[in-house]
Amino acid sequence: MTRITKFLDKISSKPIARYAVYVLGILFFIIIILIPPILGITLKLNLFLTVVNDPPLMSKALSAIFNSFAVATFVGLIDLAAGTPTAWFIARGKSRWLNVIDTLADLPFIIPTVALGYSLLLFWNSSYGISGLFGGSLISPGWILVILLHFVFSFPIVVRVMVGALLDYQYAYEEAARTLGAHPVGAERTVTFPILKPSMIGAFVLAFARSLSETGATIVVAGTFENGAVFIQTEKSLGNLAPLVFASSIMILVAIVIFAMIQIFGSRFKIPIKRVSPSFEKRLSGRGAASSRDGVTFFVFFFIVLIPALFVLVSAFPALVDGTLSNALTAKGVFWQQYWPSLALSLFIGFVATLVNVIAGLPMAILIARKRLGKTVSSVFDVLVNIPIIVPSVALGFSLGLFWTGLPLGIPELLLIILAHISITYPYFVKSLSAAISRVDLELENAARMLGAKPFAVFRTIVLPLVKYSFFAGAVIMFTRSMSETGATTAVSTTLKTVPVLLVYYIRQLITSKGVGMSSDVGLGCGFLILFSILILLVLRLVIRGRARY
Amino acid sequence: MSDVRVVAVTKTFGERKIVAVDDVSLEVHDKEYLSLVGPSGCGKTTLLRLIAGLIQPDKGEIYIDDVPMSKVPPEDRGVGFVFQTYALFPHMDVWHNVTYGPRIKALDEKNAAALGRETLEMMRLYERSDAYPNELSGGMMQRVAVARALAAGAKLLLLDEPLGALDAKIRNELRYDIRRLVKDLELTAIHVTHDQAEAMAISDRIAVMRKGKILQVGTPTELYMNPEHLFVANFIGESNFLEGQVAEVEGGLTEIRLRGNLIVYSANARARQKDERIVLAVRPEALRMQRGLKKTQNGLLGRVKDVTFEGTVTRYEISVKNGDKVIVTMPSLAGEPYSVDEEVTVSFEPEKSHIFPYPPRGLMDELKLE
Repeated sequence: MTRITKFLDKISSKPIARYAVYVLGILFFIIIILIPPILGITLKLNLFLTVVNDPPLMSKALSAIFNSFAVATFVGLIDLAAGTPTAWFIARGKSRWLNVIDTLADLPFIIPTVALGYSLLLFWNSSYGISGLFGGSLISPGWILVILLHFVFSFPIVVRVMVGALLDYQYAYEEAARTLGAHPVGAERTVTFPILKPSMIGAFVLAFARSLSETGATIVVAGTFENGAVFIQTEKSLGNLAPLVFASSIMILVAIVIFAMIQIFGSRFKIPIKRVSPSFEKRLSGRGAASSRDGVTFFVFFFIVLIPALFVLVSAFPALVDGTLSNALTAKGVFWQQYWPSLALSLFIGFVATLVNVIAGLPMAILIARKRLGKTVSSVFDVLVNIPIIVPSVALGFSLGLFWTGLPLGIPELLLIILAHISITYPYFVKSLSAAISRVDLELENAARMLGAKPFAVFRTIVLPLVKYSFFAGAVIMFTRSMSETGATTAVSTTLKTVPVLLVYYIRQLITSKGVGMSSDVGLGCGFLILFSILILLVLRLVIRGRARY
Repeated sequence: MSDVRVVAVTKTFGERKIVAVDDVSLEVHDKEYLSLVGPSGCGKTTLLRLIAGLIQPDKGEIYIDDVPMSKVPPEDRGVGFVFQTYALFPHMDVWHNVTYGPRIKALDEKNAAALGRETLEMMRLYERSDAYPNELSGGMMQRVAVARALAAGAKLLLLDEPLGALDAKIRNELRYDIRRLVKDLELTAIHVTHDQAEAMAISDRIAVMRKGKILQVGTPTELYMNPEHLFVANFIGESNFLEGQVAEVEGGLTEIRLRGNLIVYSANARARQKDERIVLAVRPEALRMQRGLKKTQNGLLGRVKDVTFEGTVTRYEISVKNGDKVIVTMPSLAGEPYSVDEEVTVSFEPEKSHIFPYPPRGLMDELKLE
C-alpha cells in the first residue's frame, strides 16, 4: 500500500473529508455541467423578442423546432417497435450466433454519427448503393433519410436498455401467467410488457433525446429539410445571433418540459389489459407468427440498420488500391493534412473530457447510488444529471459558448470545446456508474467496515472491483460520444475542427443536386473512424465478457 | 377429476446434457395429495415444471386425465402452479392478480368477479383486495398465490416449495390450511418440498427423489416404517447406521456381526446371504436406554458423550464400546435424564431395525444429500 493510499484511507474516516469530496463533486456538477447551458442562453434572452417581432423568421424557427420534436418522437417509437423484438431475440434466443448479433447491435452507437450519415447517404441515395438497383436515387436527402439516420444510431440504445431489462426480468411472472391460462402473446401483453414499462419509457426517452441532440450527421442527410439543429447551425453560419437564442432556448425548455412530463406521467400510463381475445392471441402465439416476427426483426436489423450503417466501408475499399491509403499515411493532400491534426484534436479532447468526468463524476455517482444526502436530494440530482442528455447538443453548445465567452477574462477556444464535451458526456458516466454501485449490496460495504476498512479503503477494495466493468464501459461510452460529437463542437468552435466537424464539411461538398458523390478520401477517413470504434468495442467486449453484472 | 401419469420421463439441461430427471415414472391419483421430497438439485422442481408444461421432456410422456400432454401448452393443461417466489404480478393489486385467470380466458366480468370474491374470501383475503404484493406479508402473498391458482379453475394444484420462504410458525399453520383446502375442494395436489417433516404432515403419499430418480413412493407411514433404500431411511426421519456382516440367517431372524464381534439380531424380512456385508439401520426413537452396563439381547454397551435438550425430546449421543456411535432420542419427561459420561446399555427390538446391502460406493456416499 502506498503512502498516498494510506493517507487517503485514514483521512476518509473523517466526516469532514468525506463531505468535502461530495461538496466538490456537487460544485463541479452545478458550476460546470448544470449552470452554463441554462444561464448562457438567459444572458441573451433580450434577443428573443427580435425573432418574435419577425413573424416569417419565427415561423421558420418554430417549424424547425417542431420538426425536431416530431422526428424525435417518431424515431423513439419506431426504435421501441423494432428494438424490443431484437432485444427479445438476444435475451431469450438460443442461437449460437447470439453473441455476434449482440455485438453487432452496438456498432451503430459507437460509429461516429457523421460517418453513419455519409454511409446512409451512399446506401440509400447514391448509385453505388441500393439506389443503383433502381436506376436513380431511392431516397433523397430529406426528412425520410433523417428519420432513417436517427433510427439507426438510436436503435442500439433501445436494444441495450431492453436486453438489460429482459435479463433482469423474472421469467416466473410470465410462467405464472401461462399456468393461469394466458397464451404466450397474452402473457407478454398483460404481464411482461407492463412490468417492463419503466425500461421501455427509459429507452424511449434516451432514443428521443439522442435524436433531438444530433446535429452533424443530420446536416449531412437533411437536404432541404430543416429541424432545430440544422436551423441553429445554418443561422450560426450566417452570423445571426437572435434566431440561435430563440431556437436554443425553446428547444432546451421544451425538452426539459417533455422529460419532466414523461417522468411524472409515464408511471401512470397503463398498457390496457382488459380486453382479451384468447383465440386471436393463440394464433399470434403460434410458430408461424413467431417465425414471421423473427424474420421481420432480422430484416430490419440487417437491412435497415447494419448494412446501411457499414456501407461507407465500400467507399473505403477503392482507397486501399488507388493510392489514397498511401496519401493518407503520408499526409499528402489538403484533406489528409487536415484529417490527422483533427483526429489528434478529437482524441485529445475525448481523453481530457473522459479523465475529468471520471474524477469529477465519481462522487456524484456514489452520492446518487448511496443516497448520501438523503433520498430527496439524491433523487433530484439523479434527474438533473439527465439535462445535458436531453438538451439538443447544438443548443447546449451554443448556450455554453455564450456563458463562457461572456466571462470577463474570456476563454480559449480549445478549453471551450473541452468544456462542451465534458458537459455532454458527463451524464453517460454518472448514470452508468450510479446504476452499477446501487446494485452492489450495501451489506458488503458494512462487512468491510466491520472488518476494519476505512471508507476509502472500502471503496477501493470492495466497490471499485465490483463495478470496474461498468466504470470502464462508462468511460468508453464517454470517449466514443466525445469522438462523434458535432453539434456542440460546431456551436462553440471558430477555428478548431475536430474530426466529425471536418468530415461534415467535406461530405456536404460531395452532395449535389444529382446525389451524393463518392470520395475515397472521405470514405477512408470514415473507415478509419469506424475501424477505431470497432476496436474499442472489441476491447470492451473482451474485458467485460461474462462479468457485466455490475 | 384430475389424475396424473408420468411415464418414463427424462429431462436434461445444457450442452453437457446434465440429467435433471432420469427415466421417472409416477402416478398421482385423483384427489390425492402427493409430495415430492428430496435434497436440493434432486430434480423435484424440474419434474413439477414438466408436469405444468413449463419445460418439455426429452423422452417420455405425461398424461393428465389420460390425455397425453406433449403437445398441450401450459395454459391449456388446467393446472394451477404456486411458485416458490409466489410470482405475484407486481403491477396488479390482489384483486387483479386473483382474477387474472378468469379475465385472460375471457370469462365475463361478472363471473370473474364472483370467482375472485369466492376464492379471496376462502383465503381470508377479501379485505386486502386493493393491496399490492409489496404491501403484503409473506404468508399473505402465499395465500394470494394459492387463491390466484384456484380462481383460474385449476383442478390440479402444483406447489413448488410454497412454504419455503416463510418463518417456522406460519409455515406450520399454512401447511395444514393448504391441505384442508385441497381436500375440501377435492383437488389433486403435487407439492414439492425439501422438508420431510412438512411432507409427512400433509401428504397422502410421498415420492422421495434423489439424483433425478424416484427412489420410493408410499404413504408417510410406509416410508417411515419400511424404507427400501438407505437414503430414504436417512431422509425420512432419522436413522443410526451400523456397518456389519450377516453371520447367520435363521427363520425370520438375521444374526449380524457388528464391529468388535458384537452380535445383534434383526427381524427384517428381506433375504440376506451369509457373510454379506450390510448396513443395519435403527431409528433413534426405536432405541431404548438403561443405566449401567447390562448384557441383554441386541444390547450395545457404551457411554453418554453428549446430551441435547430439544424440548419434547432429549437427544443423547452414545459412544458404543465397539467404536460405533449411536443417537438415542427419549421423551424429555420420561424419568430422570442421563448425564454425560454415564455408562448405559442401548438396545432395540429386532423388528424395529432394517438391513440394507452395503452400498458399492460406501455408506457416506449413499447418504450424501448433494
